[in-house]
Amino acid sequence: MVSQHAGQAETTDADSSALALKILVAGGFGVGKTTLVGAVSEIRPLRTEELLSEAGLLVDDTGGVDRKVTTTVAMDFGRITIRSGLSLYLFGTPGQDRFWFLWDELSQGALGAVVLADTRRLADCFPAVDYFEHRHIPFVVAVNCFTGARRHEEREVLRALDLDAGTPVVLCDARDRASGKEVLIRLVEYAGRMHTARLLDSVR
Amino acid sequence: MTEESTADGRERPGSEWYDNEAGPLVRPYAMTGGRTRPAPAGVPFDLIALVTRVPGAPGADTTVLGPEHRTLIELCRTETQSVAELAADADLPVGVVRVLLGDLVELGRVSVSRPVPPAQLPDERILREVIDGLRAL
Repeated sequence: MVSQHAGQAETTDADSSALALKILVAGGFGVGKTTLVGAVSEIRPLRTEELLSEAGLLVDDTGGVDRKVTTTVAMDFGRITIRSGLSLYLFGTPGQDRFWFLWDELSQGALGAVVLADTRRLADCFPAVDYFEHRHIPFVVAVNCFTGARRHEEREVLRALDLDAGTPVVLCDARDRASGKEVLIRLVEYAGRMHTARLLDSVR
Repeated sequence: MTEESTADGRERPGSEWYDNEAGPLVRPYAMTGGRTRPAPAGVPFDLIALVTRVPGAPGADTTVLGPEHRTLIELCRTETQSVAELAADADLPVGVVRVLLGDLVELGRVSVSRPVPPAQLPDERILREVIDGLRAL
């Protein structure tokens, strides 16, 4: 069926049954975001041409390059097809801090986020934790157990990151498909619980 | 205009258009006639907005459509695609794809769905389906 409002990008009856869900994979530089997305989905690089925000302008040395208004940001994304008409999209957030402004668009309507952490550099994931906490986006912390890294208890990480009680912390191996799947499952379960809790709050 | 050189100190022709990480600055938008915003005023298409070819719309003719427009139509011929997938498969920046999709929507060639609003997360049944689907991967 052709919608009369095709010019306004309205949902038509034909595609309203198709559903796409978005999950973000965040964390510090080199923590294994690309590896995780690649382990569970067919990964593809995505280029965006972004207008430099004011925040970006402060960091980017644009002196003498007055006409430079856009910058290229590369991200990873992957698709997991659950069934025809239901897909999960994973987006690896750009690691550099100066691309924070991109996160706002990425997190719009996201089902939830995975914050990948490396216990050797735990502080690297603080900004991501802050970001999702402030926006009330459900997230799980997945501790990527690099070989050679000391094994930490989930509880220790929970405490070190000062996470809200109930925030799932999962030990994982970002290279391993089964492990990556488990992380995503924990996130979807948690997002469902958070959503139900919020619905209950709203009718109280 | 600039005295900047590349990271390794080499001067390249046109290097004033690059910094260490940024790619080309203006060129991608040449395919959109310099436009950086989609034609229909409103919110830009989300990365996971789904693009469906409008059934019965005229084929990929050459009169109005540029090669990039035709590539996009071709890519969503068999299956509904997200904006992100179209950008990756057409090897075009997302911003450019948004502008081109705006054209195609105006011309009635494709329809673009809005993703589920954040406040209306899918119901439990869908989430259960996702979890089962992930387990079965």
